[in-house]
Amino acid sequence: MEYILIIISAIFVNNIVLSQFLGICPFLGVSSKVNTAAGMSGAVCFVITLATVVTFLLNKILVLCGIQFLQTIAFILVIAALVQMVEIVLKKISPSLYQALGIFLPLITTNCAVLGVAINVVTKEFTFAGGQPHLFGLGEATVYAFATSLGYGLAMIIFAGLREQLSLNNVPKAFKGVPIALLTAGILAMAFMGFSGMIQ
Amino acid sequence: MSKLNLITKGLVKENPTFVLLLGMCPTLATTTSAINGLSMGLATMFVLILSNMAISAIARLIPDKVRIPAYIVVIATFVTLLQFLMQAYVPSVYDTLGLFIPLIVVNCIILGRAEAFANKNGVVDSALDGIGIGLGFTVALTLLGLVRELLGNLSLFGWKPVQADGILAFVLAPGAFIALAYLIVVFRKLTEKK
Repeated sequence: MEYILIIISAIFVNNIVLSQFLGICPFLGVSSKVNTAAGMSGAVCFVITLATVVTFLLNKILVLCGIQFLQTIAFILVIAALVQMVEIVLKKISPSLYQALGIFLPLITTNCAVLGVAINVVTKEFTFAGGQPHLFGLGEATVYAFATSLGYGLAMIIFAGLREQLSLNNVPKAFKGVPIALLTAGILAMAFMGFSGMIQ
Repeated sequence: MSKLNLITKGLVKENPTFVLLLGMCPTLATTTSAINGLSMGLATMFVLILSNMAISAIARLIPDKVRIPAYIVVIATFVTLLQFLMQAYVPSVYDTLGLFIPLIVVNCIILGRAEAFANKNGVVDSALDGIGIGLGFTVALTLLGLVRELLGNLSLFGWKPVQADGILAFVLAPGAFIALAYLIVVFRKLTEKK
Protein backbone atom coordinates (compact mmCIF):
# COMPACT_ATOMS: atom_id res chain seq x y z
CA MET A 1 0.00 0.00 0.00
CA GLU A 2 2.72 2.42 0.95
CA TYR A 3 4.51 1.83 -2.35
CA ILE A 4 1.35 2.75 -4.27
CA LEU A 5 1.05 5.95 -2.25
CA ILE A 6 4.69 6.80 -2.95
CA ILE A 7 4.14 6.24 -6.68
CA ILE A 8 0.96 8.33 -6.97
CA SER A 9 2.43 11.06 -4.82
CA ALA A 10 5.66 11.25 -6.82
CA ILE A 11 3.99 11.21 -10.24
CA PHE A 12 0.98 13.47 -9.73
CA VAL A 13 0.82 15.24 -6.39
CA ASN A 14 4.44 16.33 -6.01
CA ASN A 15 5.35 16.28 -9.67
CA ILE A 16 9.06 16.95 -9.89
CA VAL A 17 8.88 19.58 -12.63
CA LEU A 18 5.58 21.28 -12.03
CA SER A 19 5.56 21.46 -8.25
CA GLN A 20 9.17 20.96 -7.15
CA PHE A 21 10.81 22.94 -9.99
CA LEU A 22 13.61 20.48 -10.65
CA GLY A 23 14.92 19.83 -14.16
CA ILE A 24 13.43 22.96 -15.72
CA CYS A 25 16.28 23.52 -18.22
CA PRO A 26 15.69 20.38 -20.33
CA PHE A 27 11.94 20.78 -19.69
CA LEU A 28 12.09 24.06 -21.62
CA GLY A 29 14.99 23.11 -23.88
CA VAL A 30 14.12 19.73 -25.45
CA SER A 31 10.35 19.95 -25.40
CA SER A 32 9.67 21.22 -28.91
CA LYS A 33 9.03 17.71 -30.31
CA VAL A 34 7.27 14.79 -28.61
CA ASN A 35 9.79 12.23 -29.91
CA THR A 36 12.85 14.02 -28.52
CA ALA A 37 11.02 14.71 -25.28
CA ALA A 38 10.21 11.01 -24.89
CA GLY A 39 13.82 10.03 -25.59
CA MET A 40 15.12 12.56 -23.12
CA SER A 41 12.67 11.37 -20.44
CA GLY A 42 13.80 7.80 -21.03
CA ALA A 43 17.45 8.74 -20.54
CA VAL A 44 16.65 10.84 -17.46
CA CYS A 45 14.47 8.04 -16.03
CA PHE A 46 17.32 5.55 -16.35
CA VAL A 47 19.92 7.92 -14.87
CA ILE A 48 17.73 9.05 -11.94
CA THR A 49 16.86 5.51 -10.86
CA LEU A 50 20.41 4.21 -11.21
CA ALA A 51 21.98 7.31 -9.62
CA THR A 52 19.61 7.20 -6.65
CA VAL A 53 20.40 3.55 -5.89
CA VAL A 54 24.16 4.14 -6.16
CA THR A 55 24.18 7.38 -4.15
CA PHE A 56 21.89 5.85 -1.51
CA LEU A 57 24.44 3.09 -0.89
CA LEU A 58 27.31 5.56 -1.15
CA ASN A 59 25.67 7.71 1.51
CA LYS A 60 25.64 4.74 3.90
CA ILE A 61 29.42 4.48 3.45
CA LEU A 62 29.85 8.23 3.96
CA VAL A 63 27.81 8.08 7.18
CA LEU A 64 29.81 5.07 8.34
CA CYS A 65 33.08 6.94 7.85
CA GLY A 66 31.66 10.16 9.32
CA ILE A 67 32.42 12.20 6.20
CA GLN A 68 28.90 13.29 5.32
CA PHE A 69 30.12 16.77 4.42
CA LEU A 70 31.51 15.25 1.22
CA GLN A 71 27.93 14.36 0.18
CA THR A 72 27.49 17.02 -2.50
CA ILE A 73 30.88 16.43 -4.13
CA ALA A 74 30.65 12.63 -4.00
CA PHE A 75 27.10 12.56 -5.41
CA ILE A 76 27.83 14.86 -8.33
CA LEU A 77 30.91 12.84 -9.30
CA VAL A 78 28.95 9.57 -9.26
CA ILE A 79 26.22 11.14 -11.38
CA ALA A 80 28.75 12.52 -13.87
CA ALA A 81 30.33 9.08 -14.25
CA LEU A 82 26.93 7.41 -14.72
CA VAL A 83 25.90 9.89 -17.41
CA GLN A 84 29.14 9.25 -19.25
CA MET A 85 28.36 5.53 -19.15
CA VAL A 86 24.81 5.99 -20.43
CA GLU A 87 26.20 8.10 -23.24
CA ILE A 88 28.64 5.37 -24.32
CA VAL A 89 25.95 2.66 -24.14
CA LEU A 90 23.40 4.75 -26.07
CA LYS A 91 25.94 5.60 -28.78
CA LYS A 92 26.43 1.87 -29.36
CA ILE A 93 22.84 0.61 -29.26
CA SER A 94 20.81 3.54 -30.61
CA PRO A 95 22.84 6.03 -32.68
CA SER A 96 19.69 7.78 -33.95
CA LEU A 97 18.46 8.54 -30.43
CA TYR A 98 22.01 9.60 -29.54
CA GLN A 99 21.95 12.06 -32.45
CA ALA A 100 18.50 13.36 -31.50
CA LEU A 101 19.43 14.00 -27.86
CA GLY A 102 22.62 15.75 -28.94
CA ILE A 103 23.90 18.32 -26.50
CA PHE A 104 21.31 17.49 -23.85
CA LEU A 105 22.72 14.08 -23.00
CA PRO A 106 25.92 15.31 -21.33
CA LEU A 107 23.75 18.01 -19.78
CA ILE A 108 21.89 15.38 -17.72
CA THR A 109 24.86 15.73 -15.34
CA THR A 110 23.81 19.29 -14.63
CA ASN A 111 20.13 18.38 -14.62
CA CYS A 112 19.19 19.32 -11.10
CA ALA A 113 16.48 16.65 -11.07
CA VAL A 114 19.10 13.90 -10.75
CA LEU A 115 21.10 15.45 -7.91
CA GLY A 116 17.88 16.80 -6.37
CA VAL A 117 16.25 13.39 -6.09
CA ALA A 118 19.49 11.79 -4.84
CA ILE A 119 19.87 14.37 -2.06
CA ASN A 120 16.16 14.42 -1.23
CA VAL A 121 16.04 10.68 -0.73
CA VAL A 122 18.85 10.61 1.85
CA THR A 123 17.99 13.78 3.78
CA LYS A 124 14.25 14.35 3.73
CA GLU A 125 11.80 12.56 6.01
CA PHE A 126 8.63 11.44 4.26
CA THR A 127 5.25 10.78 5.79
CA PHE A 128 2.66 8.55 4.17
CA ALA A 129 -0.82 7.50 5.22
CA GLY A 130 -0.61 8.98 8.69
CA GLY A 131 2.52 7.00 9.59
CA GLN A 132 5.58 8.33 11.38
CA PRO A 133 7.90 10.56 9.34
CA HIS A 134 10.88 8.42 8.39
CA LEU A 135 13.87 8.27 6.09
CA PHE A 136 13.49 6.00 3.08
CA GLY A 137 14.94 2.49 2.98
CA LEU A 138 16.57 1.22 -0.20
CA GLY A 139 13.35 -0.28 -1.61
CA GLU A 140 11.30 2.85 -1.00
CA ALA A 141 14.09 5.05 -2.35
CA THR A 142 14.25 3.07 -5.59
CA VAL A 143 10.48 3.15 -6.07
CA TYR A 144 10.39 6.86 -5.25
CA ALA A 145 13.18 7.63 -7.74
CA PHE A 146 11.57 5.59 -10.51
CA ALA A 147 8.12 7.10 -9.92
CA THR A 148 9.56 10.60 -9.79
CA SER A 149 11.25 10.10 -13.14
CA LEU A 150 7.97 8.74 -14.57
CA GLY A 151 6.36 11.97 -13.39
CA TYR A 152 9.15 13.84 -15.13
CA GLY A 153 8.45 11.95 -18.36
CA LEU A 154 4.71 12.57 -18.06
CA ALA A 155 5.10 16.33 -17.59
CA MET A 156 7.70 16.47 -20.36
CA ILE A 157 5.58 14.61 -22.93
CA ILE A 158 2.36 16.52 -22.18
CA PHE A 159 4.30 19.77 -22.42
CA ALA A 160 5.97 18.76 -25.71
CA GLY A 161 2.55 17.91 -27.16
CA LEU A 162 1.24 21.32 -26.14
CA ARG A 163 4.26 23.06 -27.65
CA GLU A 164 3.86 21.20 -30.95
CA GLN A 165 0.37 22.67 -31.22
CA LEU A 166 1.57 26.03 -30.01
CA SER A 167 4.15 26.33 -32.80
CA LEU A 168 1.29 26.43 -35.34
CA ASN A 169 -0.24 29.48 -33.69
CA ASN A 170 0.47 33.13 -34.23
CA VAL A 171 2.08 34.33 -31.01
CA PRO A 172 2.74 38.07 -30.28
CA LYS A 173 6.38 38.93 -31.00
CA ALA A 174 7.46 39.65 -27.43
CA PHE A 175 5.99 36.33 -26.25
CA LYS A 176 7.76 34.20 -28.88
CA GLY A 177 9.85 31.32 -27.59
CA VAL A 178 10.34 30.99 -23.86
CA PRO A 179 7.67 33.36 -22.42
CA ILE A 180 4.77 31.59 -24.11
CA ALA A 181 6.27 28.22 -23.12
CA LEU A 182 6.47 29.42 -19.50
CA LEU A 183 2.85 30.57 -19.61
CA THR A 184 1.82 27.16 -20.94
CA ALA A 185 3.83 25.49 -18.18
CA GLY A 186 2.07 27.73 -15.65
CA ILE A 187 -1.34 26.58 -16.83
CA LEU A 188 -0.14 22.96 -16.82
CA ALA A 189 1.12 23.42 -13.25
CA MET A 190 -2.30 24.79 -12.32
CA ALA A 191 -3.88 21.65 -13.75
CA PHE A 192 -1.53 19.48 -11.70
CA MET A 193 -2.46 21.47 -8.58
CA GLY A 194 -5.81 19.74 -8.88
CA PHE A 195 -4.10 16.58 -7.62
CA SER A 196 -2.93 18.18 -4.37
CA GLY A 197 -4.82 17.00 -1.35
CA MET A 198 -5.34 13.61 -2.98
CA ILE A 199 -2.75 12.15 -0.60
CA GLN A 200 -2.08 13.58 2.83
CA MET B 1 36.46 45.64 -22.80
CA SER B 2 36.57 48.07 -19.88
CA LYS B 3 36.31 46.79 -16.33
CA LEU B 4 33.02 48.54 -15.67
CA ASN B 5 31.58 47.05 -18.83
CA LEU B 6 32.27 43.55 -17.47
CA ILE B 7 29.97 44.26 -14.55
CA THR B 8 27.18 46.08 -16.38
CA LYS B 9 26.83 43.55 -19.19
CA GLY B 10 25.67 40.93 -16.69
CA LEU B 11 22.87 43.23 -15.57
CA VAL B 12 21.27 43.98 -18.94
CA LYS B 13 22.83 42.63 -22.13
CA GLU B 14 23.70 39.17 -20.81
CA ASN B 15 21.26 38.98 -17.90
CA PRO B 16 21.35 35.27 -16.96
CA THR B 17 17.64 35.04 -16.16
CA PHE B 18 15.89 37.32 -18.64
CA VAL B 19 18.19 37.01 -21.68
CA LEU B 20 20.26 33.81 -21.41
CA LEU B 21 17.47 31.92 -19.59
CA LEU B 22 19.89 29.91 -17.46
CA GLY B 23 19.45 28.61 -13.93
CA MET B 24 15.69 28.36 -14.17
CA CYS B 25 15.19 25.88 -11.32
CA PRO B 26 16.29 28.06 -8.38
CA THR B 27 14.76 31.08 -10.15
CA LEU B 28 11.31 29.51 -10.09
CA ALA B 29 11.55 27.54 -6.87
CA THR B 30 13.04 29.95 -4.35
CA THR B 31 11.31 33.19 -5.28
CA THR B 32 8.23 32.80 -3.10
CA SER B 33 9.19 36.10 -1.42
CA ALA B 34 11.59 38.94 -2.18
CA ILE B 35 13.85 38.04 0.77
CA ASN B 36 14.14 34.41 -0.36
CA GLY B 37 14.96 35.51 -3.91
CA LEU B 38 17.58 37.94 -2.62
CA SER B 39 19.28 35.33 -0.41
CA MET B 40 19.32 32.74 -3.20
CA GLY B 41 20.82 35.31 -5.57
CA LEU B 42 23.54 36.27 -3.09
CA ALA B 43 24.35 32.62 -2.32
CA THR B 44 24.74 31.88 -6.04
CA MET B 45 26.82 35.03 -6.52
CA PHE B 46 29.20 33.94 -3.74
CA VAL B 47 29.86 30.60 -5.42
CA LEU B 48 30.02 32.16 -8.89
CA ILE B 49 32.70 34.73 -7.99
CA LEU B 50 34.89 32.24 -6.12
CA SER B 51 34.60 29.47 -8.71
CA ASN B 52 35.25 31.91 -11.55
CA MET B 53 38.44 33.08 -9.82
CA ALA B 54 39.63 29.57 -8.97
CA ILE B 55 38.93 28.19 -12.43
CA SER B 56 40.61 31.07 -14.24
CA ALA B 57 43.66 30.55 -12.01
CA ILE B 58 43.99 26.81 -12.66
CA ALA B 59 42.53 26.59 -16.18
CA ARG B 60 45.93 26.06 -17.84
CA LEU B 61 46.76 23.12 -15.60
CA ILE B 62 43.64 21.13 -16.48
CA PRO B 63 43.79 18.81 -19.51
CA ASP B 64 41.08 19.72 -22.00
CA LYS B 65 39.33 16.35 -21.90
CA VAL B 66 38.61 16.28 -18.17
CA ARG B 67 37.89 19.98 -17.76
CA ILE B 68 34.12 19.65 -17.11
CA PRO B 69 34.47 17.16 -14.19
CA ALA B 70 37.32 19.29 -12.84
CA TYR B 71 35.15 22.42 -12.96
CA ILE B 72 32.32 20.59 -11.24
CA VAL B 73 34.60 19.51 -8.40
CA VAL B 74 35.82 23.09 -7.94
CA ILE B 75 32.22 24.36 -7.89
CA ALA B 76 31.07 21.60 -5.52
CA THR B 77 33.89 22.49 -3.11
CA PHE B 78 32.75 26.10 -2.89
CA VAL B 79 29.12 25.01 -2.51
CA THR B 80 30.08 22.78 0.44
CA LEU B 81 31.92 25.76 1.92
CA LEU B 82 28.80 27.89 1.47
CA GLN B 83 26.62 25.20 3.09
CA PHE B 84 28.83 25.26 6.22
CA LEU B 85 28.89 29.06 6.36
CA MET B 86 25.12 29.32 6.01
CA GLN B 87 24.45 26.59 8.56
CA ALA B 88 26.67 28.44 11.03
CA TYR B 89 25.62 32.05 10.52
CA VAL B 90 22.15 32.11 8.89
CA PRO B 91 20.51 28.75 9.75
CA SER B 92 16.97 30.05 9.17
CA VAL B 93 17.79 31.08 5.58
CA TYR B 94 19.54 27.74 5.06
CA ASP B 95 16.40 25.90 6.16
CA THR B 96 14.12 27.96 3.92
CA LEU B 97 16.21 27.48 0.79
CA GLY B 98 16.82 23.84 1.72
CA LEU B 99 17.60 21.58 -1.21
CA PHE B 100 18.43 24.47 -3.52
CA ILE B 101 21.69 25.31 -1.73
CA PRO B 102 23.43 22.00 -2.64
CA LEU B 103 21.78 22.29 -6.05
CA ILE B 104 23.86 25.42 -6.79
CA VAL B 105 26.43 22.84 -7.97
CA VAL B 106 24.31 22.05 -11.00
CA ASN B 107 23.28 25.64 -11.71
CA CYS B 108 24.07 26.05 -15.40
CA ILE B 109 25.02 29.72 -14.95
CA ILE B 110 28.12 28.81 -12.95
CA LEU B 111 29.35 26.04 -15.24
CA GLY B 112 28.42 28.21 -18.22
CA ARG B 113 30.56 31.13 -17.03
CA ALA B 114 33.45 28.77 -16.26
CA GLU B 115 33.31 27.38 -19.78
CA ALA B 116 32.53 30.61 -21.64
CA PHE B 117 34.56 33.17 -19.71
CA ALA B 118 36.71 32.09 -16.76
CA ASN B 119 38.92 29.59 -18.58
CA LYS B 120 39.99 32.17 -21.17
CA ASN B 121 40.43 35.25 -18.98
CA GLY B 122 42.49 36.46 -16.06
CA VAL B 123 41.60 36.16 -12.36
CA VAL B 124 40.56 39.81 -11.92
CA ASP B 125 38.41 39.89 -15.06
CA SER B 126 36.77 36.60 -14.08
CA ALA B 127 35.97 37.94 -10.62
CA LEU B 128 34.38 41.05 -12.18
CA ASP B 129 32.44 38.86 -14.60
CA GLY B 130 31.23 36.81 -11.62
CA ILE B 131 30.13 39.99 -9.83
CA GLY B 132 28.29 41.23 -12.93
CA ILE B 133 26.47 38.01 -13.76
CA GLY B 134 25.83 37.37 -10.05
CA LEU B 135 24.30 40.83 -9.67
CA GLY B 136 22.12 40.29 -12.74
CA PHE B 137 20.90 37.00 -11.28
CA THR B 138 20.30 38.52 -7.82
CA VAL B 139 18.37 41.48 -9.23
CA ALA B 140 16.24 39.18 -11.40
CA LEU B 141 15.45 36.83 -8.50
CA THR B 142 14.64 39.68 -6.13
CA LEU B 143 12.38 41.27 -8.74
CA LEU B 144 10.55 38.00 -9.37
CA GLY B 145 10.25 37.39 -5.62
CA LEU B 146 8.94 40.94 -5.16
CA VAL B 147 6.23 40.51 -7.81
CA ARG B 148 5.16 37.10 -6.49
CA GLU B 149 5.12 38.25 -2.86
CA LEU B 150 3.17 41.38 -3.75
CA LEU B 151 0.51 39.58 -5.79
CA GLY B 152 0.37 36.44 -3.68
CA ASN B 153 0.60 37.81 -0.16
CA LEU B 154 0.12 41.60 -0.57
CA SER B 155 3.39 42.31 1.23
CA LEU B 156 6.79 43.86 0.43
CA PHE B 157 9.95 42.27 1.93
CA GLY B 158 7.74 40.86 4.70
CA TRP B 159 6.09 44.24 5.42
CA LYS B 160 2.32 43.78 5.20
CA PRO B 161 0.38 47.08 5.35
CA VAL B 162 -3.14 45.70 4.90
CA GLN B 163 -4.62 42.52 6.31
CA ALA B 164 -6.07 40.89 3.23
CA ASP B 165 -5.49 37.80 1.16
CA GLY B 166 -3.60 37.99 -2.12
CA ILE B 167 -3.85 35.68 -5.11
CA LEU B 168 -2.52 32.50 -3.49
CA ALA B 169 -1.60 30.92 -6.85
CA PHE B 170 1.28 33.40 -7.24
CA VAL B 171 3.08 31.99 -4.20
CA LEU B 172 2.47 28.44 -5.44
CA ALA B 173 3.97 26.74 -8.49
CA PRO B 174 1.82 28.11 -11.37
CA GLY B 175 2.42 31.74 -10.35
CA ALA B 176 6.17 31.24 -10.66
CA PHE B 177 5.92 30.28 -14.33
CA ILE B 178 3.39 32.99 -15.16
CA ALA B 179 5.16 35.80 -13.30
CA LEU B 180 8.50 34.91 -14.93
CA ALA B 181 6.89 34.79 -18.39
CA TYR B 182 5.50 38.30 -18.01
CA LEU B 183 8.76 39.65 -16.52
CA ILE B 184 10.69 38.35 -19.54
CA VAL B 185 8.18 39.99 -21.89
CA VAL B 186 8.47 43.32 -20.03
CA PHE B 187 12.28 43.05 -20.04
CA ARG B 188 12.28 42.39 -23.80
CA LYS B 189 10.02 45.37 -24.45
CA LEU B 190 12.19 47.69 -22.34
CA THR B 191 15.52 46.65 -23.87
CA GLU B 192 14.16 46.61 -27.42
CA LYS B 193 13.74 50.39 -27.66
CA LYS B 194 17.31 51.29 -26.64
